Amino acid sequence: MARRISPARRAATTIAAWVVGLVIFFPILWMGITSFKTELEAFSTPPSFLLFHWTTENYATVEERSNYLLHALNSIIIAGGSTLIAMMIAIPAAWSMAFAPTKWTRDILLWILSTKMMPAVGVLVPIYLIFRDAGLLDTRVGLVSILCLGNLPIVVWMLFTYFKEIPKDILEAARMDGATVGRELVYVLMPMAIPGIASTLLLNVILAWNEAFWTLNLSTHDAAPLTVFIASYSSPEGLFWAKLSAASTLAIAPMLILGWFSQRQLVRGLTFGAVK
Amino acid sequence: MGSITLEGVRKSFGEHVIIPGADLQIEDGAFVVFVGPSGCGKTTLLRMIAGLEDVSGGRILIDGVNVVNVPPAKRGLSMVFQSYALYPHMSVRGNIAFGLKMAGLPRAEISRKVEAAAATLNLTTYLDRKPRELSGGQRQRVAIGRAIVREPKAFLFDEPLSNLDAALRVQMRQEVTRLQRELKTTAIYVTHDQVEAMTMADRIVVLNAGRIEQYGSPLELYERPANLFVAGFIGSPRMNLIGGVAAERHGATTIGVRPEHIIVGRGGEGWRGTVRAAEHLGSDTFVYVDAPEIGSVTARYIGELVIDVGDSVKFHPDPVHVHRFDKDGKAVR
Repeated sequence: MARRISPARRAATTIAAWVVGLVIFFPILWMGITSFKTELEAFSTPPSFLLFHWTTENYATVEERSNYLLHALNSIIIAGGSTLIAMMIAIPAAWSMAFAPTKWTRDILLWILSTKMMPAVGVLVPIYLIFRDAGLLDTRVGLVSILCLGNLPIVVWMLFTYFKEIPKDILEAARMDGATVGRELVYVLMPMAIPGIASTLLLNVILAWNEAFWTLNLSTHDAAPLTVFIASYSSPEGLFWAKLSAASTLAIAPMLILGWFSQRQLVRGLTFGAVK
Repeated sequence: MGSITLEGVRKSFGEHVIIPGADLQIEDGAFVVFVGPSGCGKTTLLRMIAGLEDVSGGRILIDGVNVVNVPPAKRGLSMVFQSYALYPHMSVRGNIAFGLKMAGLPRAEISRKVEAAAATLNLTTYLDRKPRELSGGQRQRVAIGRAIVREPKAFLFDEPLSNLDAALRVQMRQEVTRLQRELKTTAIYVTHDQVEAMTMADRIVVLNAGRIEQYGSPLELYERPANLFVAGFIGSPRMNLIGGVAAERHGATTIGVRPEHIIVGRGGEGWRGTVRAAEHLGSDTFVYVDAPEIGSVTARYIGELVIDVGDSVKFHPDPVHVHRFDKDGKAVR
């Protein structure tokens, strides 16, 4: 029997949900608003919320002063490339751990994750030196490979948990039907795991897009993604909140749009297996 | 053709032995049922024949060829799983066609074969539906369709009817049997349900703790069980197993008497006992008797026997139908 909810209670929960939603969204909203303020209004106290002189001059300045398109292209190549390569390695890896486990599988999974337990700064110097000697500093190849390696543990873990939800019988049926391992992956496993694969893909694109530690330390201009573009507005001439906000808004806009259109996939993937 | 021979097939996981060594000869076209309590290794044995489980030792011959190192797809067998294991993202047509597609058959031929299989199983109107839009019985038929369309050397069934309700199970049981007769394809069918085993099989393999206890036709197993395990496992209600003096009188350690071979009466010869429970089914009456000399006994009377709980009765076994077992539990003939 469905529970009966009183109108008052429904209103209260609706308001509460909106409040929580707005609190979570507030930083992004505030950034967006600030990007349309003048520098003076941007750090005035008390801050004005909507009643200020709206201006797009920050965007014009940012566009004039730096090459947004170059950085955006770098971000797309680095985030997309590192995620795609990670998926190509992780799908077979997760398949073998989920469907052909050995007694070491659990340990390997933990060991994979252990690399994420080490702070990145701990290996900054060796990685930097390796990149310098290999001529990878400020190259897209270098950033793609470091972000791919950095996110690989998460990709493998996420895919492993999704694959675990798929009944083994179905893969065995495919094997009886004459599918080779490769065809089993392409025709049976991947279509069934689409929600999981999609959300892993999206989450990792977002993680790679926003990754700042390695991108800031290993690139300067040629391969610099949008994170470096934002950072360039934060320090040299003091803090310019309005321009920084405009740069940030420009940097996250593609992700916001992508996230908005794929929210169904994201939510489905993140709750995959909860409801059969 | 589809004769299957097992020669000393063993399975162990490390120290843990599941199947100590199985020998079996299955003739082409036979319907063989593996039956036994859960954990007896019947599914493991089936999966080893399928190639889904590695063999620890011994040989599996299909039409005389050792297939131990042959991958499942190349063994020419098809399998129906307990969970149906349909591909959820494919239509019924896609599910049935998948094996043929993997084999690289031309599209026209695939389509013709799928239509034919669907017609055999009354699935023609459902060909474009997804598995989730089908009932349990229909899903099971799709799983069977997927198996028959490949024209395998043998069908392997792993408890295929256990997820269906009782009425549907009886109907599907008959359908599977009819289909197997028509196709004349060897079938190995795993179940823990002895009624399924008795009604479907040409020959039954009774398994216990990984060992084959007996291999024979259903009636052979019922009428001449090779040992105490088979005697107790086949038949419902269970065979009465009586030890002590009563058995010694027959020159055995244990005697077994089927409930229908216990003759119950108010007076006359035999053991004395008290009726603990009586089930009146109309066609039969099951009488559960507590007897001080030999323990509790189940008797089956064909027809209605007027009897009540607490009644005092006398009963004795029909001497022609007493099964005798020695101290190792083996049948004495």
